[in-house]
Amino acid sequence: MGDLIAFEDASFRYGTREILANVTFALAPGSFHFLTGPSGSGKTTLLKLCYLALRPSAGRMLVRGRDAAEMASDDIARLRQRIGVVHQDCTFLDHLTVRENIALPLRVMGRRLEQHRGDLDDLIGWVGLRDRAEAYPPELSGGERQRAALARAVIGDPDLIIADEPTGNVDWDMAERLMRLLVELNRLGKSILLATHDLSLIRATKSQASVRVLRLKDARMQLAGADL
Amino acid sequence: MSASGGPAGPSRSEEAEPAAGGLLSLIVGTRGADAVVPPSGYTVWLTVISAAAMAFLAVCALAAVLVAGRTADRWTEGLARTATIRIEADATERQAQTEATLEALRTTPGIASARVLSEAEQRALLEPWLGPDLPFDLLPVPTLIEVAETTAGPDREGLLLRLAAEAPDAVFDDHQRWRAPLVAAADRLRLIGWIALALVGSAMAAMVTLASQAALAANRPLIGTLRLVGARDVYIARAFVRRFTLRALLGAVIGASLGMAAFALVPRALGDTALVATFGFDGAEWALPALVPVATAAIAFAATRVAAFAALRRSE
Repeated sequence: MGDLIAFEDASFRYGTREILANVTFALAPGSFHFLTGPSGSGKTTLLKLCYLALRPSAGRMLVRGRDAAEMASDDIARLRQRIGVVHQDCTFLDHLTVRENIALPLRVMGRRLEQHRGDLDDLIGWVGLRDRAEAYPPELSGGERQRAALARAVIGDPDLIIADEPTGNVDWDMAERLMRLLVELNRLGKSILLATHDLSLIRATKSQASVRVLRLKDARMQLAGADL
Repeated sequence: MSASGGPAGPSRSEEAEPAAGGLLSLIVGTRGADAVVPPSGYTVWLTVISAAAMAFLAVCALAAVLVAGRTADRWTEGLARTATIRIEADATERQAQTEATLEALRTTPGIASARVLSEAEQRALLEPWLGPDLPFDLLPVPTLIEVAETTAGPDREGLLLRLAAEAPDAVFDDHQRWRAPLVAAADRLRLIGWIALALVGSAMAAMVTLASQAALAANRPLIGTLRLVGARDVYIARAFVRRFTLRALLGAVIGASLGMAAFALVPRALGDTALVATFGFDGAEWALPALVPVATAAIAFAATRVAAFAALRRSE
């Protein structure tokens, strides 16, 4: 099976500033990658490139073998239906309940929610939000928001889950809980790409899964795919 | 954990493509699409009230167009094939010139009929201006001959020359002198009505565009979230288009209903013989103001769709 995403000497500039320079790496199906590096090293930009919120200024980025530069907006939307994204500051539709927010990817895919009610209930229970399913996002704590975002990211059965500092706003216990959920998803065959600067989190996860680390510094990839 | 292993993992073929065709999918709706847009906001009432006002004005403009058209038609066609000949000769020659005129008319091609108006008919004509107790014998009222022309009409110059020779005090009047400016005025009024309708439609489009742009700008984070979970631009646009089209339709139904009710209450006393046609709608014409909400919804649909896709392109 080919790589989910492959960067080939890809760079990204914002104005005259080079955010990423000559990045080359690939994400294989079922892999678990941590993306580390100091603040401002380009982690978030790299993740945005992965889910095509941005496109490389130079070089190539292939998604399932297709050049991102040749993708139309509808192609990108369909691709995003195969990628679950979790942000540190996860955003929700505040006028919808937690359950409705988690089901949002199904809704935009045009699927009948009634047919997925059981799966949705299972997923809400799996992330520990059964009691909060009918609450509205502003009523949730930081940890609950992260778990709701993770549930929303996986409801559409994506191939790849991209998480940008998902444990940044939660305490250590909640961070461990989130990581256990991500490891479990990885064991079920999902690829994980997780940006963090928390090395203890990486060490804690190493014992549970075969993780690899991508390190960014000064806009360049220093370690690409090396084991910890 | 069955959830993550394919919590909602139906086959990809199950991914329903939103219904094709803008208006059709608007009516049918994209499954739950409009629910992703927050239900409230000042743009709701701005759109509804503006659409109601515009629809009311559109009904008024439509009525003006129709009444101007009917009036112009009445002046054009009702009087186009008629003429009047006044015999202004003194009493000694009046009868002879009247008979000479009638004879001339009988033998002139293009004249369908000609008859002398009776005293009672002339009295009825003057009564609205001079009152019922008219001293008819004391007034220098000329003899009036009503002339009906055929479709082809007479040779006007030839007839005038003949009348000048045989009845020198006969004055031929085909109403052209006063009819032409009235018809021109009615036509101009009709044109103004169409322009007013076009302006109302344009203002409606501008208002809906501004309201939808405001809504799109206010919901930028929402749009970002929808894109993040894989919503296509057409899905996002459709949610806004549906919302604004239905609001405009609601407002237009209210405004058009008020306009139609107002015209239904206009007195009908003028009747068919009036100089100016009855102001309002007659018979099948009532279908036209009933179409105003449909036209408003179509304008709102097009305006919101253009605004939404432009905004989404800009935010890419």
